[in-house]
Amino acid sequence: MCVTADCCVSTPEAAGELETDPLTLMEEREKKERGIMGQDQEEGGKTEGQPANMNSQDSMTENEENCVELCTEVEEKGKEKGMEEGELKKEIELEAEVKLELCQSIPGLQMSLIRGTDLFGYVGIEAILDQMKRKTMKAGFEFNIMVVGQSGLGKSTLVNTLFKSKVSRRSNYEEKISKTVKLHSVSHVIEEKGVKMKLTVIDTPGFGDQINNENCWEPIVKYINEQYEKYLREELCVNRKRRIPDSRVHCCIYFLPATGHRLRPIDVEFMKRLGKIVSIVPVIAKADTLTIEERQEFKERIRHDLVANGIHVYPQKEYDEDPEDHILNNRIRENIPFAVVGTDKEHQVNGNKVLGRKTKWGIIEVENVEHCEFACLRDLLIRSHLQDLKDVTHNIHYETYRVRRLTESNMDFGELGLPTWPLENGTRDKCESESHL
Amino acid sequence: SRIRPLSLAGHVGFDSLPDQLVNKSTCQGFCFNILCIGETGIGKSTLMDTLFNTNFENFESSHFEPQVKLRAQTYDLHESNVRLRLTVVNTVGFGDQMNKQESYQPVVDYIDRQFESYLQEELKIKRSLHNYHDSRVHACLYFISPSGHSLKSLDLVTMKKLDSKVNIIPVIAKADTISKSELHKFKIKIMSELVSNGVQIYQFPLDDETVAKVNTTMNGHLPFAVVGSTEEVSIGNKMVKARQYPWGVVQVENENHCDFVKLREMLICVNMEDLREQTHTRHYELYRRCKLEEMGFKDTDPECKPVSLQQTYVAKRQEFLVELQKREDEMRQMFVQRVKEKEAELKEAERELQTRFEQLKRLHADEKAALEEKKRLLEEDQSSFSKRRAAAQLLQAQSLTANGKKDKDRKK
Repeated sequence: MCVTADCCVSTPEAAGELETDPLTLMEEREKKERGIMGQDQEEGGKTEGQPANMNSQDSMTENEENCVELCTEVEEKGKEKGMEEGELKKEIELEAEVKLELCQSIPGLQMSLIRGTDLFGYVGIEAILDQMKRKTMKAGFEFNIMVVGQSGLGKSTLVNTLFKSKVSRRSNYEEKISKTVKLHSVSHVIEEKGVKMKLTVIDTPGFGDQINNENCWEPIVKYINEQYEKYLREELCVNRKRRIPDSRVHCCIYFLPATGHRLRPIDVEFMKRLGKIVSIVPVIAKADTLTIEERQEFKERIRHDLVANGIHVYPQKEYDEDPEDHILNNRIRENIPFAVVGTDKEHQVNGNKVLGRKTKWGIIEVENVEHCEFACLRDLLIRSHLQDLKDVTHNIHYETYRVRRLTESNMDFGELGLPTWPLENGTRDKCESESHL
Repeated sequence: SRIRPLSLAGHVGFDSLPDQLVNKSTCQGFCFNILCIGETGIGKSTLMDTLFNTNFENFESSHFEPQVKLRAQTYDLHESNVRLRLTVVNTVGFGDQMNKQESYQPVVDYIDRQFESYLQEELKIKRSLHNYHDSRVHACLYFISPSGHSLKSLDLVTMKKLDSKVNIIPVIAKADTISKSELHKFKIKIMSELVSNGVQIYQFPLDDETVAKVNTTMNGHLPFAVVGSTEEVSIGNKMVKARQYPWGVVQVENENHCDFVKLREMLICVNMEDLREQTHTRHYELYRRCKLEEMGFKDTDPECKPVSLQQTYVAKRQEFLVELQKREDEMRQMFVQRVKEKEAELKEAERELQTRFEQLKRLHADEKAALEEKKRLLEEDQSSFSKRRAAAQLLQAQSLTANGKKDKDRKK
């Protein structure tokens, strides 16, 4: 029963258990040490599952080798001695890994190298992961998602299906089509297993519904930029809030009607413009009107059109951080746009209750990957890349906006020379210049 | 408020969000920076070695440093899949000088410098905060010398200067020199002195129920009485970290012997993230606020209307440019004046030179005239002399011929 063996085939999994009973310090420590060494399989699987996170390939392979050595040692010793708690703890201490590595020198820092296969004892640094988790759970999360597409493509239904609740009010087909694109956002707080999330859905009724749709993206672009501006202002305040409220759009789902042909001009124009300021996830709406072959061809043509027009949709190639991300995201990129079907009705299929659309020719199971790609979309958006969407918005789109804004207003704090504010040092500089003359 | 809670009809899956967040942070690695302040030889480096179960590069400092210095060293530590970039900053020569009035200053400067460089990065136009190596001090271990009496005034002064800039965790060093009862009294005395002097040390947070209980207990044990050791002694059939004396063995990880385990728990296992968070949201924000206000930025102008940073910035920039222009003009004026002065000097010198030249010329002319005169006289003399000679010769010649004639006449 070796930790490494498990983690080599790890899958990204849901949260491990939190420590809830306060034990004495040393007891807790032993428990954690045992967890590290593999008697708690899930913990081991979760923590060791990302080999690419190490600094260099060399250290990783060294690590793995050490892991393997350790495990066999533990097994042998276990067999020989018959574990008692104290001895187990000692062995775990001796065999846990704390490696000190050479890191690239950063100017101004004295970096130090401590190399060697000396194994040091367990310190408890990895407890920071739990601490961080607790803190973020307490603080709660925010997520803002925008849906864009013509009326009747099933936007609200899809969002409701994604979040399994009525987060978006389905527009009544009796309402008139509005003359301009109006955005309205609705917020809800949803909770799952102790994780609280403030979800905001921004709807864009009227998009693409007019006879003349020129510039129909402008209100949307304006809205998105307004949110960035709001955040920027907060960030630049002297007295800022501890937690700046985040209303920036993290993800924009763009609904493509299932024509089966190619991207239409409005699609191209919209995605070209918005792909630069927000993460776009295109989906093929009401995909139950396409057969599998038609769907594949449609997707290929769309992908081709996207490339031909220089449109970057999420996940963008340039922002892949490491090779593992790249492989994962490539797989996603090969499958976008996802062909989705949404519903909130349940039916009985083979004795199970499933979400589906019932028609005379069969029941389309929404969560069945053979029928449609809803599950893939949900996994991408929520289960694996939600945090990444937020990070891309914060680190890339928001920063781009900020750079543009600050250069526009010619605000370069570096020019003012923060540490040597000239107004304070006026006299000193004067004397220096005199002596030069 | 418009925000309604909704119930979910099934499993959505965003409960994996904390994991997603933590995994991202794990990829990037964590930074943690500890500052150790204490007199030379009080055991700072040994304690760090013991805390992190390793051997950092240490060398004994001399007691003759003229000034307090700080030495920072950074290490990359790995434990399971967590990468920690740990920076340990030690004071060198603290408490050794005769005059300790300025001892706290290098420490305060160091802390401020780290805040400053973070602030500069944050205010850059093109910045990369998520890649930034955070060097701000997250925890400050203040080593109190185990006198058993009370805090030294140096301790109080230093801690007072630092309490609004960094999370201070006071520890009693070399606690194996104090007996249990003395230690108890000592701790009480220290805490009451801190309170009466208004020093705010770091309190372990009580807002999270999972750890509130243990943190409350630990808050009551402050300051921790620690013993550090990297040497191992065998007790029973185990090797434990300990210090061996002729009269017994002080075990570092034995809670009856010292509070080392408590310190390690609190500092690393339970509150590391909170220390980082407090540094960022409290101490750094305070620094930033003060710095920006110092530079003249405000959120509201005198009429209490909100002022955007941009307006203030533009106004400041105008001022700055005007000032720059003024200085440029001044410099130009000064330059022109200097040039004039120099010119005048040169002219003066030239004039002087000219007069001297004239003088010399005159002198020369006079001499020459005198010389001419002499020459003339000489020539006159010469000419008169030659005349006389000529006359004399003539006379002689005449007299000769006259004599010859006379002779001739006689002969006849």
